[in-house]
Amino acid sequence: MAKIISNKYLGQDIHVMKIEGNFKGEMGQFYMVRSWDNYPVLSRPLSIHDIDDEGISFLYRVVGDGTKNFSKLEVNDEIKLEGPYGNGFPKVEGKVLLVGGGMGVAPLYLTAKRVSKLEDVEKLDVFMGFREKEMLKGEYEKYADNVHINVGGIITDDVDVDKYDYIFTCGPEIMMEKLVKMAKGKDTKVYVSIEKRMACGIGACLVCTCKTKDGNKKTCKDGPVFLGEDVFYE
Amino acid sequence: MSNLEVKFKDIKFKNPVIMASGTFGFGREYNEIYDIEKLGGISTKGLTINKKEGNDGIRIWETSSGIMNSVGLENPGIKGFIENDMKFLNDLDLVTIVNIGGATLQDYIDAVKLISKENVDIIELNISCPNVKAGGMAFGIEKESARKIVRIIRKTTSLPLVVKLSPNARNIVEIAKVCEEEGADGVSLVNTFKAMAIDINKRKNIFNNTYAGLSGPAIKPIALRMVHEVSKAVNIPIMAMGGITNYKDALEFIMAGATCIHVGTANFINPKIGLEIIKGIDEYMERENIKSLDEIRGII
Ligand SMILES: Cc1cc2nc3c(=O)[nH]c(=O)nc-3n(C[C@H](O)[C@H](O)[C@H](O)COP(=O)(O)OP(=O)(O)OC[C@H]3O[C@@H](n4cnc5c(N)ncnc54)[C@H](O)[C@@H]3O)c2cc1C
Ligand SMILES: Cc1cc2nc3c(=O)[nH]c(=O)nc-3n(C[C@H](O)[C@H](O)[C@H](O)COP(=O)(O)O)c2cc1C
Ligand code: FES
Repeated sequence: MAKIISNKYLGQDIHVMKIEGNFKGEMGQFYMVRSWDNYPVLSRPLSIHDIDDEGISFLYRVVGDGTKNFSKLEVNDEIKLEGPYGNGFPKVEGKVLLVGGGMGVAPLYLTAKRVSKLEDVEKLDVFMGFREKEMLKGEYEKYADNVHINVGGIITDDVDVDKYDYIFTCGPEIMMEKLVKMAKGKDTKVYVSIEKRMACGIGACLVCTCKTKDGNKKTCKDGPVFLGEDVFYE
Repeated sequence: MSNLEVKFKDIKFKNPVIMASGTFGFGREYNEIYDIEKLGGISTKGLTINKKEGNDGIRIWETSSGIMNSVGLENPGIKGFIENDMKFLNDLDLVTIVNIGGATLQDYIDAVKLISKENVDIIELNISCPNVKAGGMAFGIEKESARKIVRIIRKTTSLPLVVKLSPNARNIVEIAKVCEEEGADGVSLVNTFKAMAIDINKRKNIFNNTYAGLSGPAIKPIALRMVHEVSKAVNIPIMAMGGITNYKDALEFIMAGATCIHVGTANFINPKIGLEIIKGIDEYMERENIKSLDEIRGII
């Protein structure tokens, strides 16, 4: 059990909540989160948005019962977190681009923070696509050399793959697959963060299978981050 | 600490709490979260003679107080299991139950033969998986097909044999009786209920297989009734499951006649649920001054 420090509405059904405690986690990892007892049965996977001295933050969009429950939490309410789970993004060097679509921007904040501190990273850009309006730009600018936002359009249209050694992306599969295709045959390596429905979150139940060139992988344990070219998209 | 030990025929369990097939892998992942030797036993993910990739599409869907799964018996095959996981389980002080599935009778025979060479405590014959098109459950629906497979498997192995029954059987009590007649050492019930869900916006079935298996608290009252009926009809011991999420549920199943209980879906609610259930049973026995679970087994 942990305690809510804050839970703020940012617009476009998106909220950010902060939970008190000394939490561990790498960029791209997630926690299984619940703020209720037995119903709904499953915990909700949420990517780590940020970790600092006070606690851990999650950026989430209300889409159903579970996330609606999160949105109603008030300061000092209790919440359960299991994690950190999953592999996370690799530590890289050179020129790095992070591309987030919609709620896919959630893990990219901690990622920007951590990548910006890697010694051999020369350049870090963040591209984000939103449906209705721009948000979070100032936050990401703290760590990125350049933050570009596309509202209502197709974010991948704005990306010049050749400019980067590594691209980390999270968001709709169609967007991630597009980036992988754009980088095909080039030196740019694209890492994608895959979203699948989960139950155990630790690799025991096999409900989160991601099909890859190396056969079935567990998204919760072998992922959620995979080398983009290895994944068979749905 | 009360004495939670139970005997399932000649097999001793330090407590009656077993982790259900398919929800606990081969124990490795949970062992990183807590010491799984505190459990009575574990039932492995369902194994088939050959490796299986499982079903395509969505594999899990939530419903009020339950989940539907369509994993489709993804597993590394018996050989893969023996190579990678058998030793891990053998080194642990808990009862190892190996759950076996298949599509054809020959699949089952080959799988049981192979696993019978290993140091396994119990074979759980899964004739009740609703998620594989060509079989599994097919053997567990009608009495005569169940008889045929149990008879043959009984001759194939000298290991203790528990048959896992389907709640989708035409008459689960009849199937349990057949298992007893054919020499099974026990039965386990229930597997998941055949269920479905539809996406009204896409106007399509959620699961590629259309049907999936329902588990969790939603099925508990029906599972309890089935365990009760079966326990009145047979003399072989019963492993009971279906929606058990706390020690009270576990005790209900024991009072309805079960020797041990399996916990499946509840592991997803709380990964340490097994320990909490053991602790709850212990405290209940203390409180009620019960020396052995035999005192309350089948009292209803
Ligand atoms: C590794 C990972 C990280 C994620 N990180 C974030 C994040 O940082 N912020 C955020 O807003 N969302 C994130 N998601 C998606 C988030 O888990 C779902 O939006 C959430 O589970 C929906 O729950 P609900 O009860 O509100 O919706 P419902 O639709 O009512 O949920 C029903 C069931 O479906 C599952 N489900 C529904 N949508 C998804 C989905 N997109 N992915 C996985 N399971 C789903 C739920 O967990 C639940 O079991 C992440 C998903 C994964 C797999
Ligand atoms: C994700 C999942 C996978 C399962 N896989 C198997 C399996 O491989 N073999 C089997 O006999 N039962 C399998 N089951 C059924 C469970 O072992 C158990 O019988 C059922 O879920 C009812 O118990 P519960 O309500 O406690 O989960 C599976 C259940 C779930 C939820
Ligand atoms: S959620 Fe259970 S294996 Fe990934």
